[in-house]
Amino acid sequence: MASMPVAVDNAGKFEKVVSILDRHSRRPSGLIPILQAIQHEYQYLPEEVLTYVATSLDVPPARVYGVATFYAHFALEPKGKHVIRICDGTACHVKQSLPVLNALHEKLGTSEKDKTTPDMMFTVETVACLGACGLAPVIVIDEQVYGQITPEHAVALVDEIKAMEAGATTAAEPAAEQPSAEGAHA
Amino acid sequence: MHNLSIPEKAHGISTLAQVRRVIICAGTGCMANGAMKVFEQFKSQIAAFGLKVILELRDEATSDEIRLSKSGCQGFCQMGPLVSVVPDGILYTKVRKEDVAEIVQKTLTENQVVERLLYKDPGTRKSCQGIEDNPFYARQSRFVLHECGFLDPEDIREYMLHGGYAAARKAFIEMSPEEICKTVLESGLRGRGGGGFPTGRKWEAARIQNSAKKYVICNGDEGDPGAFMNRSVMEGNPHSVIEGLMIAARAIGANETLVYVRAEYPLAVERMRRAVADAEREGILGKNVFGTGLSMKCEVMEGAGAFVCGEETAMIASIEGQRGMPRPKPPFPAQSGLWGKPTIINNVETLAHVCRILNEGPELFKQIGTKDSPGTKTFALTGHVANTGLVEVPFGTTLREIVYNIGGGVTDDAGKIWKTGFKAVQIGGPSGGCLTEDHLDLPLAYESLRSVGAMVGSGGLVAMNQGTCMVSIARFFMEFTQRESCGKCVLCREGTRQLLALLDDVIEGRADQNTLDLLDKLGRSVQIGSLCGLGKTAPNPVLSTMRYFRKEYEEHVFEKKCRTGRCKALLSPEINETKCKGCGLCIKACPTGAITGEKKQPHHINPELCIKCGACATACKIHAVEGI
Repeated sequence: MASMPVAVDNAGKFEKVVSILDRHSRRPSGLIPILQAIQHEYQYLPEEVLTYVATSLDVPPARVYGVATFYAHFALEPKGKHVIRICDGTACHVKQSLPVLNALHEKLGTSEKDKTTPDMMFTVETVACLGACGLAPVIVIDEQVYGQITPEHAVALVDEIKAMEAGATTAAEPAAEQPSAEGAHA
Repeated sequence: MHNLSIPEKAHGISTLAQVRRVIICAGTGCMANGAMKVFEQFKSQIAAFGLKVILELRDEATSDEIRLSKSGCQGFCQMGPLVSVVPDGILYTKVRKEDVAEIVQKTLTENQVVERLLYKDPGTRKSCQGIEDNPFYARQSRFVLHECGFLDPEDIREYMLHGGYAAARKAFIEMSPEEICKTVLESGLRGRGGGGFPTGRKWEAARIQNSAKKYVICNGDEGDPGAFMNRSVMEGNPHSVIEGLMIAARAIGANETLVYVRAEYPLAVERMRRAVADAEREGILGKNVFGTGLSMKCEVMEGAGAFVCGEETAMIASIEGQRGMPRPKPPFPAQSGLWGKPTIINNVETLAHVCRILNEGPELFKQIGTKDSPGTKTFALTGHVANTGLVEVPFGTTLREIVYNIGGGVTDDAGKIWKTGFKAVQIGGPSGGCLTEDHLDLPLAYESLRSVGAMVGSGGLVAMNQGTCMVSIARFFMEFTQRESCGKCVLCREGTRQLLALLDDVIEGRADQNTLDLLDKLGRSVQIGSLCGLGKTAPNPVLSTMRYFRKEYEEHVFEKKCRTGRCKALLSPEINETKCKGCGLCIKACPTGAITGEKKQPHHINPELCIKCGACATACKIHAVEGI
């Protein structure tokens, strides 16, 4: 234990990470599934967690960082509450996915560089291919797939979420568990 | 202890065939369009009409019972959600929740067809009742895909009742590893992942290795943008993948297998994991497989988003918890792969073919397709065609057949048939090339495609209409490979970046003859100087579009013109003075104040202020703004 001071210090803070590491028997070969599980928990890979993982697996932090930055799936920065992914695979591209992306960037004030809105509500990103090419162009909002989308439809979907969020904050007191878009209009 | 023995192929099917079935496609495409809502609605509506719903597979069923099940991808994604009724042979398309009651009443109780939900051939305007008279399906040879669209992917018993795991059983009990390798070699099966390497040779190379530990990996890291056949097989018939893996493992003497699935395919991951768990529960995977004393393990690993991991050695690095970077071959993975042990890596579709070859013998398989490329291949047909979806055809089928007969013809951007609209087909994704009108009658097979600078690749087929700029398409693929280059080889890492910059010069009007020469020279250098398939094939889209659409490149470079108007920087909007009525709509629309002119006098665009946004052209009701 003495060789792992970080682990001791942060034992409470990293409780979830510890259980993930245990589940994968702390083998360095399981690094990718470990990072996937951590990202599933935190929505991204916080820097201190990466260092902690490196110490626990007894590998250099550079190795963990190298893997975390190599794969597109890993995010080193927190994402917004709602993640909008625009497919820019070949099929979607030739069916005009870029206008959809541009419309969303314009609507939310995001850009290729600043993918997340300052209020941490939305993240807009592109993905190479979601494999739903028959429905091109496709976007995915919080795991829900929308096919044959137009820029107008995409913007309308964002408005719906915004209305839902607004409804959730104003009518937060009673039963705000599942606020619906209709509720926000009322 | 579950005692579900593998039934004989015919057993049980006779009684099952009499039961009417409603099959709702639960592939990703149909799910996105609301297939699950349709499924739930069927459940309640069938009951509401006084019929009995069976959700579980049962050996006995009575005639007033309707079996309601989900299937994997039925291939006709664009027309989803799809609902088929068997044995009636009806295929309903674009079924909404609201349509369900009508289907239940008319079809299930009154034996009538709901005409308005049938597919209408956009060419002939004729309604197609089922698969047989639907040109999209009728002209295909669906072997791998057939079961995808019929079996319930989440029900191992159904797979077994339809002859599933019989081939694996045969491989474990009746055949020696040598015999399996020989059978697969004889069939002529070639890797469906792109390279086309003979599967039997790969297996034999691993079989003869003297090692106590060997591995078989299923490559489900389908990274080519525009391809989704592997996804459909993993989602639609996961047990065929496991069975293929078991046969491969038995052939080379491995007892550990792994399925590496792309992270962007959550449903495939879920269904594969479930299939593995079910196979373990039924005693198909685990210790003492089929009573032979041999053990078999299967693990499902999710990728983390790196295109290069589709390359064998990069995938191995990724499984070992490293960055997915390829290493030089030899040694080939068959000699030294995962953890330094002999390893074979097969594509999903390849493995799905194996069961069939073992069941029916190599001769039958060889009868389909061409001499050097036997069997069928699944293509993901997308882009500007009327019918998009998964298409399985014998090797040797022409592009014309796929695009015009199965695909229903080329469409414009609005989805209407455009008879003379065909421009090109991009085949094989970012590693492939473009095929033109001249290639429409070329039989598609490994060799024939290589001879024209393209490749089968994983099987993405993206049709493009005349409104598509080929330089922009080349740039699109180059941007992709440049981003996905792992960075190990200088020529791939830097070369793809420079190729992209050169293409930007062409698109943005800075190019000259030198640019074209450099593109060609650098492209060839990247091909030679890269270690793995990613770099070796990355310049293909550029080189092949330069070869077949030279004129278009030259227009961009020398005339600073893009004939499709897609390259914004090359646009030069002008107002046609004879047409312009001086209404002022364009002045109001212009965001930069670039348009001036008196009322009822022709207006002018100041090119220095113009940002080529096209707002004026949209605003003008009489189409007086030209060149945009």
